[in-house]
This record gives sequence, C-alpha cells and structure tokens, in this order.
Amino acid sequence: MSQIHQSDVAIIGGGLMGCSAAFFLRQRGLSVTVLETDKVGRQASGTNFGNVRRQGRPIFQLPLANRAIRIWRDSPQLLGSDVEYLQSGHIRVCFRERPENIGKMEEYAALAREEGLDLELLSANALREKFPWLGPDVLAGSYSASDGHANPRLAAPAFARAAARLGASIVEDTKIVHAEKVGEDFRLTASDGRQFAAPILLITAGAWAGKIAGWFGEDIPLTPRAPTMSVTEPVPYAIAPAVGVMTPEEVETVYFRQVARGNIVLGGSTRAQSYPDDYRSYVLPQNTMTQFEHLRRLAPALANLQVIRVWSGIEGYTDDALPIMGPSAKVSGLFHAFGFSGSGFQIGPGVGETMAELIATGATDIPLEHYSVTRFAK
Amino acid sequence: MGEHRVIIVGAGPAGVRAAQAVVRAGLRPIVIDEASRAGGQIYRRPPENFKRDHEALYGTEAARARAIHEDFAALLPHIDYRPETLVWNVAEGHVWAAHEGETQAIPYNALIVCSGASDRVAPIKGWQAAGCYSLGGAQIALKAQGCAIGHRVIFLGSGPLLYLAAAQYVKAGAEVAAVLDTSPFWLRVKAAPKLAAMPELLWQGVKLLRDLKRAGVPVLTGVTPVEIEGDPQNGVSGVTVRHKGAVRHFAGDAVAMGWHVKPEAQIADLARATFAFDPATRQWLPQTDADGRAGNALYLGGDGARVLGARSAEVTGELAAMAALADLGLTVDADRRRWLLAEKANYATFAKGLAQAFPWPHELVAAIPDDAIVCRCEAVTAAALRASVSTAHAQEANRAKAFSRVGMGRCQGRYCGHASAEIIAAARAVSLEKTGRLRGQAPVKPIPVSLKRNDI
Repeated sequence: MSQIHQSDVAIIGGGLMGCSAAFFLRQRGLSVTVLETDKVGRQASGTNFGNVRRQGRPIFQLPLANRAIRIWRDSPQLLGSDVEYLQSGHIRVCFRERPENIGKMEEYAALAREEGLDLELLSANALREKFPWLGPDVLAGSYSASDGHANPRLAAPAFARAAARLGASIVEDTKIVHAEKVGEDFRLTASDGRQFAAPILLITAGAWAGKIAGWFGEDIPLTPRAPTMSVTEPVPYAIAPAVGVMTPEEVETVYFRQVARGNIVLGGSTRAQSYPDDYRSYVLPQNTMTQFEHLRRLAPALANLQVIRVWSGIEGYTDDALPIMGPSAKVSGLFHAFGFSGSGFQIGPGVGETMAELIATGATDIPLEHYSVTRFAK
Repeated sequence: MGEHRVIIVGAGPAGVRAAQAVVRAGLRPIVIDEASRAGGQIYRRPPENFKRDHEALYGTEAARARAIHEDFAALLPHIDYRPETLVWNVAEGHVWAAHEGETQAIPYNALIVCSGASDRVAPIKGWQAAGCYSLGGAQIALKAQGCAIGHRVIFLGSGPLLYLAAAQYVKAGAEVAAVLDTSPFWLRVKAAPKLAAMPELLWQGVKLLRDLKRAGVPVLTGVTPVEIEGDPQNGVSGVTVRHKGAVRHFAGDAVAMGWHVKPEAQIADLARATFAFDPATRQWLPQTDADGRAGNALYLGGDGARVLGARSAEVTGELAAMAALADLGLTVDADRRRWLLAEKANYATFAKGLAQAFPWPHELVAAIPDDAIVCRCEAVTAAALRASVSTAHAQEANRAKAFSRVGMGRCQGRYCGHASAEIIAAARAVSLEKTGRLRGQAPVKPIPVSLKRNDI
C-alpha cells in the first residue's frame, strides 16, 4: 500500500476558491493539499467573464465582496504576479422599457452606501456624455468607480503558485473518486489509488461539489450550466468600465469589458447546459446570436467588431443562486464553498480568506448565514 | 429522397467531386464555399474579368483545373450552391453559415467537409516584417489578382509548394532572389522509393527544379534560417541563412515561406471529430475510416482530412461522398469504391515520401531564439512562451495559450499552433504529443457582432 499523503486541510477543487483558500490557510500556518481533477482554474474560475463587480450583489454579500476587493487591489504584491486587475469602474444600466429599475437602482445605492460601496446614479444624458458608446435605448445607469475587472485565466493559477510558494501541495490531474471520514481524518482516494488524509476537508469543487457532498449525506441540488462567452479582435483601448444590464430577463443580461490589450470580452444572454461528467460544455450558436443582438442594443458601435473566439465553461448553480459557504450540517471538520451560480469571481479571493479564517479560528466576522447548507435540508 | 439533406463544405477538387457523386445519386446537395468562384486554393480562379488562361494560371495542372471548373459549372443546375458563405460553427446537426452579414442554421443528415489545407508555417526571427507571406498567400496573389508579393521575392521553407510557387513566380515574370529549402537534398534521395508511387508527380518536381535553375535562381538545400531582415517602415530587406557552414545573405523585398500545408480541420473539430496525434508529421489530425467517415454524420475529404494533394483530393472527396450516400441507405458502386481506395493508397505512399523528403523543421523551431516572435497576431516572443512553461508552469498548449496569449489572436493559432507546441515540448523536455492540442472553438473565421439570423 502506498503512503497516505497527510495534511491539516485537504481541499477538493483547485479553482479560485480552493486555491485562494489554500493560500490564506498557508498564511495561517496550516498544511494544505489542493486536489484538482484537471489543471487549477480551468473550469468556471478560468472561463468566466472576469467581472470584479460588487454592485448588484445582494446587500448582505457586500462585506464579503469588500474583503475580496482589498485582496484584488493587493494582488500584485500578494501573489507576485499580475492578474490584470483593473479598477476601471463598472456601469450597470437599464433599458427604456423598464423605468421601474431606476427606483431599484436608487434603493440599492442607498443600502450599498451603508456597506461602503459608493454608487453614482446617472440619467440618460449624463450617462451618454460619460459613455458615448451606450445605445439610445439605455435609460439610466449606476456607476461604481471602485469596481473593475481581471483576467480569469490568470487568477486561480496565480493563487495556486503563490500558495505553493508558501508550502501548499497543489496536486493537479488527480480526480478524487471516494471520500469518507475514518476516525478523526477524512480519507480521500484518487482514481489511481493514491490516498490523502486530513482532519479538515474543504469542498470547493464547483459544479462537481454536489456529488462530493453527497458522499457525506448532504443532498445539495446543483444545476450545471454553461455561460456564453465571446471575444473580439483587439481594437484601441477606449472603454474603461465593465458594462452590464439590469433586467429580469436572462436573454437581455449581456455584459462586456475591454481588456488593456484591446479585445472586448462579451458575456451573458442565454446560458446552455453543460456536462460535468464529461468535463464538457459547448457554446450554442443560437445563444451567440442572441448575445450579439442584445449587445448591439446596449452598445451599437460594437456591431462593427469581429468576434474571433467563443467559449464556455461549467458553472454550478443553486436554486436560489446563492452559494453554499460554511461548515457542513452533518459532518464535523467538513466545510463547503461552492455553488457560486455564475457570480463567484469577484468574491473568490474573499471566499478563500474567509474559509481559511473560519477553518483556522472557528469563526469569521463575515456574515455567512445566508449561505448555510441547512437551507437545503427539507 | 427529399429527406436526405446533404451539405458539402468547400468547392475545391474534393468538394466538386463529392458534389458530383451526390448529384449522381439523385440528390441535390447544398454546396457552401467561402470563395466567390469554385476551384479551391490550388485551382483558385481569378475574378470573372481577368484574362490569364488556364495554361498560364495552372501550368502542368491546367487540364485538371479546367475539368474541375467545367464539371462544377455543369453541376450548378443540380445543386444549391452558396458561394461567399462562411461556415462559422456546427452544432446539434446544423451548419451555421454566414453570408453578407446574415446567418442561418442549416440542418443536415450528412455533412461532407472538404475544407482544404492552409500553410504550415515555422516562425523565423523577423517574420513579422511587412512583406512576409505564406507560400499559399503568395500563390493567391498571383492566381487571383495577377500580382506578385514583391519585386524581388525570396522563397523559404520546404516541400513541393516551395518549388511550385517559386516556378510560378518565375513564369509570371517576377524576380525570384533565391529558393531556400531547410531540408537537405539527401532526404529526397532516401524518400525516392515512396515518391516513385506517383512517377508523374515526381517527374514534375524534377522539372520544376530544372526550370528554376535554368532561370538562374539560386536553389539551396539544407539551409538553417538565421533571420529575416527588415524594419517597420520598409518591411523586408533580405534573408540570412547558414548553408554548408557559411552565412549567406539574400537581398529581397518580400519573403514567401511555408513548410508544406496542414488540414484546415476547424469545422471537423466543431462537428466533434476525434483527433489523434500523427508522429510522422508531428500534428493532430481528425480521424476517419478509409472512406472518410468521422462519425456523427460527418465525412471528411481532400486535404482537410489528410494532406495528400489536389489530385488525391478528387479521389477522397468522392470517397467521402460515397460513404455518406451508403450510410443514407443509397447504393454505391462497389467497384468504383475499390478503385478509389487503391488510388488513395498510392497517393498516401507518395505523401509519406514527401513528408520524409521535406520534413517539418521541428528542431529549428524548438531552438528559435528567445527574441523571435512566435505568434504574430499577439506579438508573443519565444521567450514569453518559454516563460509560461518555466515560470508559470504551463504544461500543455491550452495553458500556455492562457498564460502567454500565444494563439489567442485573429488566426486562433492557425499559423503559430504547430510551432508553439514544439517550443512548449522542448521547454518541458516532453514529447510533442504530451503538449496536447489547442481546443477548437467557433467561429471558424471571425464573424461580426452585426451578424443577424435570417431564419427565425
């Protein structure tokens, strides 16, 4: 029998949550092993839009988002590499036919201010003066100067490398096929028979996490979905903020941002199914077309750009679109941080730091009650 | 009969012969082609009002070119021909075709992809200078527009296309400064038995070389490229190579470069063909059976499946169509199929000989200097790509792309994908196969955000 790899904390899932948790756990002196089926940050963490956006999140999530924004700002020093974080603003707009959104934006801005997030509400004229590329159907907007965007392809791997430099074991190409608690330890078995053990287990396995939690008797329904993403050829850098639409209709929810290189990244509109068991997700061409259609309405000038690539990924959605974060309701020493429902990138580093704090000290000031796993126990 | 929806993508030699076979079976296929006129790359036609005749344009291949063009013209009443149309995606049994700013999803029962080949290019220090073209690009300039890529052109690379394109330039009256072949002559001698599988083609190659030498063009074999000189204002000014221990410089204002061609397999990839690594040519290729079946109602013919040349494309295009027809339950001529398969086998032997005689210069690519640009779209240097492996720990092609931006530009790795894989493999000291394959994504070629559906 081969040797069992032992550490204080085992983490299943090497996405942004798992890698940043490993980094902050090492800062707190715990030994950590991250177990990743594929390569770190290749799934939802690496394929998402890259919004580092606080506005629009539930008010109760802003303390977590604020914690995360501090980490994003410090990321070059903290990680020793550039994850292309640009604090270049975020604008959230609504269309003409939904004037009721103005009231909602005002209400949100008042509450957000109490949580330390300053938002500037802009009327149609003020908005177009500031952002002349917005379309005539845009009615109003809420501008957050202190939000921005970063490069998802770089973020999770950068956290993994920084964690490894602090002594974390980052174990890629290792699929855990079985986990159980044996005495004081969680015992994990990889598909090739290697074994890992730790008294603490953190599940940060995104769309695959429900299955793992199921091994411990926790039934958490997750729906795997695939975002519709596109990127244009590079054009001169002219659009600073990330831009999104406030609407109850999923098909209208397009968003875009321009990276410093000049490419414009497009996301949103209809999502597709994804196939976690096969590690596959596909962009459906009809979704690309509706995305273009709604984007043209948001920013007509972008119609002239050429899209050079589309992609998708596998994201785990909960029924209420809120994540599961915190201790297990059934097994001591087991922790969850998954189900971020397509909205995990900005808060990711904050999730990692909060889970590390919770695991290392048993408590955190960040309110987690909304994310409790007990809400699924019916 | 109307239930059988057959789509053929490409109207080169493979697509034309595929369409002919489908029409012969009594069906009316949709033939989608990016070009405005049928013929593909090798038999590419100039615009209607251009005057050069088939002999001037296609030389030894004039008769074949004429046959393809005339046979396609005869097919027109029996097919749904859609020129200037880009297949940009394939999903859920539909081809997504774009034409003049509009797109539609076209369902199929059989999809025959004859997408042809594009240049296999090795990066050379300085190749980002204006005036550097692929061999195919240099040929298109001549065939479609009747113009040369420069006043004094240097041909650099390896493979039959190197000599063919140079000879075509000479014939068209352009000045060819030199033909610089990276493969040593003795490899051709060694490959002669395989090349003899197609004696006529072998003889054509010998004649091309003779014509070039008679025209006074220096032809050097076994060269090691050092640098393409030039500056941002004036573009290319010359090429420096090492040859038999000496440094040789050739002045010129344009370079046509290429190392054979490789399948344009993006559509096959989106239609979910399986890919396997081919050690002989050091690339990933879509998998088919001998007839061209790739599974999921997908059939591949011509150089888009395997680079066996234009003549073979006529054979494999027809074979792929016959496979599709057989799978649709139609009767096909078994004798004809056997004959085509035997022909294909001869071309395959010849192609092996070519690969042996004019190898992809993988050692040169792996040793490219740090300051050379690998990915021209994104201006990624060899140093940056190597750093993505050594510093950021990229272990395979997709990861190196994510970290360094190699292959992330407009061409989506078409021109740098093979080279960057070699550099990653060398930096990791692993086999090329272990560096994996860039995942294929739509669109096959760029599409505008203004693209609108016209079918809903």
